[in-house]
Amino acid sequence: MFNTCIDPSSIEGFIWLICYLTTAKHFAFYFSFLVVLLLLIFAAPLSLLFGFIATAGVRSSIIPIRILAKGYIHMVRGIPDVVFFLFVPLALDQLFEFIRHKIICFEQSEPIWRGTDFVVCKAAKLPLSTADLWVHQLYAFILALIAFALVFGAFAGNVLSGAMSAVPKAQTETGMAFGFTKKQTFWRILVPQMWVYAIPGLSNLWMILIKATPLLFLLGVEDIVYWARELGGSKTSLYAYPHPDWRVYYFAGLLVFYLLMTWLSGKVLNRLQSKLSHGQATMAGRELQGYQG
Amino acid sequence: MSNCWTTIQDYGLRSIGIGERILPKTDITICEQVVLIGSGLIWNIYFGIIAVFFGFWFALMLAIGKNNKLAIFRNPSNSFIFLFRGSPLFIQFFFVYELFVLLPKIGVTLDFGFLSFSLQTHWLTKAWLGGLFVLFCNTAAYSAEIFYGAIRSVPSTELEAAEAFGITGWHKFWRIIWPSMLRLAWPSYTNEAIFLFHATALIFFTGFPAWRQSGDALYYANYFSDRTFNPFLPYPIVAAYFILVTLIIISIFGFANRYLNRHLDVEQRTQIKLSINLLR
Repeated sequence: MFNTCIDPSSIEGFIWLICYLTTAKHFAFYFSFLVVLLLLIFAAPLSLLFGFIATAGVRSSIIPIRILAKGYIHMVRGIPDVVFFLFVPLALDQLFEFIRHKIICFEQSEPIWRGTDFVVCKAAKLPLSTADLWVHQLYAFILALIAFALVFGAFAGNVLSGAMSAVPKAQTETGMAFGFTKKQTFWRILVPQMWVYAIPGLSNLWMILIKATPLLFLLGVEDIVYWARELGGSKTSLYAYPHPDWRVYYFAGLLVFYLLMTWLSGKVLNRLQSKLSHGQATMAGRELQGYQG
Repeated sequence: MSNCWTTIQDYGLRSIGIGERILPKTDITICEQVVLIGSGLIWNIYFGIIAVFFGFWFALMLAIGKNNKLAIFRNPSNSFIFLFRGSPLFIQFFFVYELFVLLPKIGVTLDFGFLSFSLQTHWLTKAWLGGLFVLFCNTAAYSAEIFYGAIRSVPSTELEAAEAFGITGWHKFWRIIWPSMLRLAWPSYTNEAIFLFHATALIFFTGFPAWRQSGDALYYANYFSDRTFNPFLPYPIVAAYFILVTLIIISIFGFANRYLNRHLDVEQRTQIKLSINLLR
């Protein structure tokens, strides 16, 4: 990056460190932090949406929808999420390729599952084997994003359905008494009021989402864990910047990154909570108004 | 069926190094998958039980420390809890593994003058001890937060009654606070135990390598999924095993919960309510 860095073997000390930290690979490492933040930004609203749909499904009067929604929410309770994170992307990948195979290569009659192999025609491969590396990366990222949204959607569904039942019954009954339809009470009374009850659970979920992001590594995305292992591993003199095993420092850096993220989020969410509690008929809301008792 | 019986003999204890060494490579049957993944579950149960047992006592110490008025007791507890609750367990595994790798291989000789012994540090890089250590710290931090909350919500009337009888200090803690605290904390602690058990699945996926292919349930599930390109069988098997153990944990902890609540009226008893299990 800098002119002084052209010949790394001739420099020493602090400048060496500066040069070392600004290599192209290190920029890929810094970029992977951005990937984590990107994942957070996309996964949070998506899982909220999934959770919301599931919650609405649980309250639906159509039995199959209710069963499906309940099954989805309860599914994650008993199963470690790691299993989900390993399973969902693989299953989705096979599903997509299977569908594409059926559409694109419909004339091929050979079975897709041959014994232990999963074979689809070349044109149905996702992404195509001729695609650039970044397409593969993007595809892996999207699969991971869907896995995150699915798992956290189920959690969010749990939180939201709890929040909905925490809204005082009198509120919905009043709505009914005014002649609101079921749909209207849901959208105009239940949904606007449930958020204050949902915020503690959702902020907890956000913290957990932050702490779940290193699982991207398991999903084959070149994330911060991947780069920390890659860059930290001992480099022989064949490399431009030889150094012993430094992985522990890289992981210490990641640790600090995550601690900072959770610390900052905690501050922001606390503030949000107290803002939302203003004027609410909850204990926190009363305390804000100086109510003792 | 007799075929499956030999599989059980071969692979039933494979994860702890007993039985057939070579894992099935071709023509993998459902029986082999069920048996080997079940064998891996031994590790998960081992990690879960030991970490919960020791973590419980350490968590208690941390919670008491956090509740202390003096900053020298409070601050270390707070920082420990923040460190392990604020960062992903996944990263903790990686970091601690790398840290342990850096320790001298031959061991550290501790010399106290009158007594000197050498610590075998190389065991720390193995999953059975190093991974356990991380799990132990992690569960201690999370449980400490639960216990702290429970200590804070012990009814003040109980404390006042104790003081009126002249019960103070440690006596007050063990006789008055401790039983109430445990009773109040128990439902959350049940969830914590379940959660920790689920977290054991992470160990072999992080820095800690599996030695001679002796891994936990997820390790074998991943092995089969890689071998057969069919994730639809091994992962649901793991899931089924985990649900089974989760149910066992719930029944054991539920039994303890009834014991802790035996003196109360039925309406006053705390109920274990399963909360959602989340990643760390």
